[in-house]
Amino acid sequence: MMGQTAVAVKADNFYHQSTNKYSGILSWLLTIDHKRIGLMYMVSIIFFFLVGVIVGVLMRLELMAPGKTIVDAQTYNALFTLHGVIMIFLFIIPGLPAIFGNFFLPIQIGARDVAFPRLNLLSYYLYVIGAVLALLSLVLPGGPIDTGWTFYIPYSVRSTTNISLPLLAAFILGFSSILTGLNFITTVHRLRAPGMGFFKMPLFVWATYATAWVQIIATPVVGITILLVIIERLFGVGIFDPALGGDPILFQHMFWIYSHPAVYIMILPAMGVVSEIIPTFSRRTIFGYTAIAMSSLAIAFVGYLVWAHHMFTSGMSDTARWIFSLLTFLVALPSGVKVFNWVATMYKGSIDPQPPFLWVMAFIFLFSIGGLTGLVLGALATDVHVHDTYFVVAHFHFVMFGGTGTIFFAALHYWFPKMFGRMYNVKFARISVATFFIGFMLLYFPKFIMGYMGMPRRYYDYLPQFANLQMISTIGSWILSGTIFFIVGYLLHALFKGPKAPSNPWGGVTLEWHIQSPPIMENFKTIPTITHEPYDFSQLKEMKNA
Amino acid sequence: MQHENPKHKHHHPGYGTYILVWLALLAFTSITVTIAGVNLGRYTLFVALLIAAIKSSLVVNIFMHIKFEEKIFKVFLALSGMTLVVIFALTFFDFIYR
Amino acid sequence: MRNDHEAVVVEQHVHRDDVGARMGMWLFLFTEVLLFGGMFLVYAVYRYQHTNDFRLAAMELNTGIGTLNTIILLTSSLTVALAIAAIQKKNKFLSILLLSVTILFAFMFMVNKYFEWSAKFEHGIYPGSEELLNRSNGQILFFGLYYVMTGLHGLHVIIGVVILLFILVFIIRDKVTFDNYVKLENAGLYWHLVDLIWIFLFPLFYLIQ
Repeated sequence: MMGQTAVAVKADNFYHQSTNKYSGILSWLLTIDHKRIGLMYMVSIIFFFLVGVIVGVLMRLELMAPGKTIVDAQTYNALFTLHGVIMIFLFIIPGLPAIFGNFFLPIQIGARDVAFPRLNLLSYYLYVIGAVLALLSLVLPGGPIDTGWTFYIPYSVRSTTNISLPLLAAFILGFSSILTGLNFITTVHRLRAPGMGFFKMPLFVWATYATAWVQIIATPVVGITILLVIIERLFGVGIFDPALGGDPILFQHMFWIYSHPAVYIMILPAMGVVSEIIPTFSRRTIFGYTAIAMSSLAIAFVGYLVWAHHMFTSGMSDTARWIFSLLTFLVALPSGVKVFNWVATMYKGSIDPQPPFLWVMAFIFLFSIGGLTGLVLGALATDVHVHDTYFVVAHFHFVMFGGTGTIFFAALHYWFPKMFGRMYNVKFARISVATFFIGFMLLYFPKFIMGYMGMPRRYYDYLPQFANLQMISTIGSWILSGTIFFIVGYLLHALFKGPKAPSNPWGGVTLEWHIQSPPIMENFKTIPTITHEPYDFSQLKEMKNA
Repeated sequence: MQHENPKHKHHHPGYGTYILVWLALLAFTSITVTIAGVNLGRYTLFVALLIAAIKSSLVVNIFMHIKFEEKIFKVFLALSGMTLVVIFALTFFDFIYR
Repeated sequence: MRNDHEAVVVEQHVHRDDVGARMGMWLFLFTEVLLFGGMFLVYAVYRYQHTNDFRLAAMELNTGIGTLNTIILLTSSLTVALAIAAIQKKNKFLSILLLSVTILFAFMFMVNKYFEWSAKFEHGIYPGSEELLNRSNGQILFFGLYYVMTGLHGLHVIIGVVILLFILVFIIRDKVTFDNYVKLENAGLYWHLVDLIWIFLFPLFYLIQ
């Protein structure tokens, strides 16, 4: 199947080799190389992430003091919707799979590219189109969408702001996500190198594979839901609108049938990255490989069964409420399996606290807080009390930002030398983990307290008793956003001025560390045959001699 | 690529099988239309869906060749079918007990 | 495949994997199944809540035209399956003929659909019409779903026709041949899915008595 390579070696990495007949910018825009596509995603996703950060900081500035501070109430509604839509649909869902999955999944299984390279490029452009439509809706007459990122009925069919366009954008982004998932599943099934059995795949591949299944099986449900709302708005068809007999709670069901599994799209690849970083910096094979691999599938599966825990106060039946509450606790099992195995891997390892490892430590701490407070929300009785308060906001920022967001930075620091062939300033990186952590705790921890005291989410104004905690939270947002821009700054500096990185700076043993940095086009001169277990560190000696 | 591709060695049915399946599909269609006129009470929906399921399994297995595909295809199919069933069942825990 | 200054040639590996291509197509079909599955869920819930209204409303649909369209789609599924068998047996002409017949059937389906919908419009039953809004909630929902679900299915028929037309050109130009016909197979899979969805739409809308 695989022919022989004909690489004229002068330009020796994928930055200088083109898959098409173009040069310059077109050789990127029309590329079908998975690494280049991954980098294009990276540029776009980080751009939107920074926009989302700025919107978040604006919200915090507004909430710094009671009453009007910098924007009016309608603008504030638009801001929190925008923050949610950008962060969820443009950053955190595509973030890890589209950037690092694209770049490293084929390499880690010993393939030259994904199964459908052109489809991969199409996914990227669908992402761009979706993002552009979402931004366009902000400036068009009608005004930016103000429903919150959940688009709940009936407000989303009544609001006179631009709803249909951002909904269409979400539909297109979903399509992009589906095509990426489809591509990864086929790649994993069809393109593994000889000897790379399913149980020799790195755990990041396992996690991305499980994620891909969630992407293709769950996303269509929200796709059709969104489409139905658009149709309802455009043609006045009665589907969800209660004025025409519809059931708004059915909309909530359909929305969360996707959007709950979607949080596993966000967190599973992050867990995969953690499973890569911990063995590398502990110099020890992963503890419980099979358990971690299987728990990824288990999380993906159980993730389907729990969606209605977002709806405990919506008025659905009591039977459904206790069933979904019970099922929700099941998620804790496979998540616990992962955390315990990670900790067991570190036990008696020789730990090298490089920046990626420090990010992972921050992750385990923050994610555990997020996970445990999730139990408070999953339990029916306590959820009724804290539903739709800052407690929920704090919880999902701990799991999503403290979880996936932190690991986004971990992955960035772990694979940066491989992707760009340059090294960043390790001291800066260590400092930024510390300030990130401080800023994060200041920003989000007070929200647990405010939520418990009854501060509702999405409110423009608040009672004077919350003033101090709101102020602390706002100060945290400055430290956190400052750290993020600092990270972007030193990484950009490293990109152009950093010292050249060796091919294996951390002593990792998965396939990407066997090839040069940055990799060549099509990754391997000859496809490797896999004989070792994925985290067998006895390979390191041979690798050094090679 | 000019030579016979070994990937395509797997068995496919001939014209005759397809036509037989088509005849069966037409037969089931006429059955379901006829039965719709008969009052079966609460079983009406069940019978209609059962016949639709039989028809679709014929299409999936023969027309869509799933019967002749690798095993993993069947696993995939079962997986997505099961997901659909789970979604329906759990949603109805709300609507039935309201 | 060259880059300007250094004239670096990276010859792409010729890599063909028909099983992989079909796997990708099946995965895509699952997303379609789940997409329509979402709508069937809406249908199921509302039918459960408004059983009687659904029955009353469904009686106004034309069972005859529904049955005719079922037969048309089933037959078009047959012809596309036969078109694959024909190309496997190196019978290019027969394959082209069968595929053209499939496309013809698709047009017949759409023409029937057009007459069916316009009859409904003439009776004043369409989304937002006064006639419809005066009816009970269940009937409004039934006709809302009727238009949306058969409409979205119709959209899939149109997309299917476009795909089949492309494949037809490929066969004529020998891009799809007896030993490289996975594109035809995948187009066929898509077309069968359109048929499959109709197999369920038909009893749920036209056969409630």
